[in-house]
Amino acid sequence: MSRALRVRETGPLCLVEDLGRPGASGIGVGRSGAADRRALRQANRALANRDDAAALEVTLGGLEVEVVGGPLWFCVTGAPAAVTVDGRETGPYTVTAAPTGAVLRLGTPATGLRSYLAVRGGIDVPPVLGSRSHDVMSGIGPPPVAVGDLLPVGAAPAAYPEVDALPPPVLHEELVLAAVRGPRDSWVREVDVLVRSCWTVSDRSNRVGMRLGGPALEHVEPARQLPSEGACRGAVQVPPSGEPVLFLADHPVTGGYPVVAVVVDADVDRAAQARPGQSVRFRWVRP
Amino acid sequence: MTGQVSVLAYGDRALLVELGSTERVVGYVDALRADPPPGLADVVPAAETVLVLAAERAVVESLRTALLGVEPLPGAEVSDSLGAVEIPVRYDGPDLADVARLTGLDEQEVVAAHTGRPWRVAFGGFAPGFGYLVGGDPRLHVPRRESARTAVPAGAVGLAGDYSGVYPRESPGGWQLIGTTQVPMWDLDRDPPALLRPGAEVRFVVEGTR
Repeated sequence: MSRALRVRETGPLCLVEDLGRPGASGIGVGRSGAADRRALRQANRALANRDDAAALEVTLGGLEVEVVGGPLWFCVTGAPAAVTVDGRETGPYTVTAAPTGAVLRLGTPATGLRSYLAVRGGIDVPPVLGSRSHDVMSGIGPPPVAVGDLLPVGAAPAAYPEVDALPPPVLHEELVLAAVRGPRDSWVREVDVLVRSCWTVSDRSNRVGMRLGGPALEHVEPARQLPSEGACRGAVQVPPSGEPVLFLADHPVTGGYPVVAVVVDADVDRAAQARPGQSVRFRWVRP
Repeated sequence: MTGQVSVLAYGDRALLVELGSTERVVGYVDALRADPPPGLADVVPAAETVLVLAAERAVVESLRTALLGVEPLPGAEVSDSLGAVEIPVRYDGPDLADVARLTGLDEQEVVAAHTGRPWRVAFGGFAPGFGYLVGGDPRLHVPRRESARTAVPAGAVGLAGDYSGVYPRESPGGWQLIGTTQVPMWDLDRDPPALLRPGAEVRFVVEGTR
């Protein structure tokens, strides 16, 4: 039997993700990929994988998998979940060996939202339209990981890991995101409300977008319609209700509400670790 | 096909090119694809704008200069060589009464207007298999809903602004829903997976009447 992970528990949501499928927006397919790309790259580099190898994106822990078909190396990054191998704590941010038959378990992280379990060789499920990312918006890609799944592990790369521990991220309770003024900032009465207010991450947030509770960003002309425009990860769109939405990995390719700000690329990864109820602020930067 | 192109900042990895019309968008994208400037990672055409994604932050400024110099190619009218797609619809949408009120038509007249003349796919986006349809009866121009629904069912037929469209799968959406079709808009086992491709003609018919 070739090497694989047999899924025993999934936690609230577990998805296979890589760095996404670029270039398909013309047929309405977004890029998708890991919500926290930096964490995925970090895990892959620690294991000497390709940067874009697929891993498991585990939301709020609770994943349990059994190693079958041969031993493997793994690394957990992103939200710092407790990690155990057969009940023995090993910790995230380390490169760890797991023998055949071992059971790996991710606890619920104390901070952050999404942890990444990467294995040396990558999760080798069949790609869809060139990527192994599940897109919750389009439904494209490998289906959400379910109990009983057997997830194949790819062949180990020729290179070997050079480090066995990584610096864990610092996840602050109040997240401050750098943003550039958006192309439609004049559609709201006062776009500076965005940087003057403290926002709360709504529990109606997901990989498509993070909804932000706070004061309404009032439209200048609520009845005015914006022709649909392309969108990218980090765009802050404001519907007439005035509740801003920060687009994450699985955002729609085009959107019909004005984009009043765009969070800089690196900070979108940090935003993807914000939990419902957490505080978010914005600050303006030049592009 | 000449006229000013303006390029707006869009974060630190993208630029938004304003073209003012769907025809110029199509011509501009044709020009970009014919001679892509260095550092171009992806292009997202929409109604009157093109979002251009840069491969990395360092190339954004040179990309901006290049984009200002791109002239939309002429003769980029929506092609009619892709044939016609017929979509049977059951006109039972939850916003049919609202659309009637907003347009001053009665519900039967809304249905007659929606089925009365062919639409054409202008561009894709929003979701895989979704096509923005233009060229329909101008009396059907209605605003989007005040707040978007968190879940619109697959096959829902909607109106918003100048457009009509069919939701390919359950997704959030703010369009006014007037009906439902059973025809799948997107099927990964089909090649191409999208039923509606830019340029194709679309005719809506009342389900069970042909």
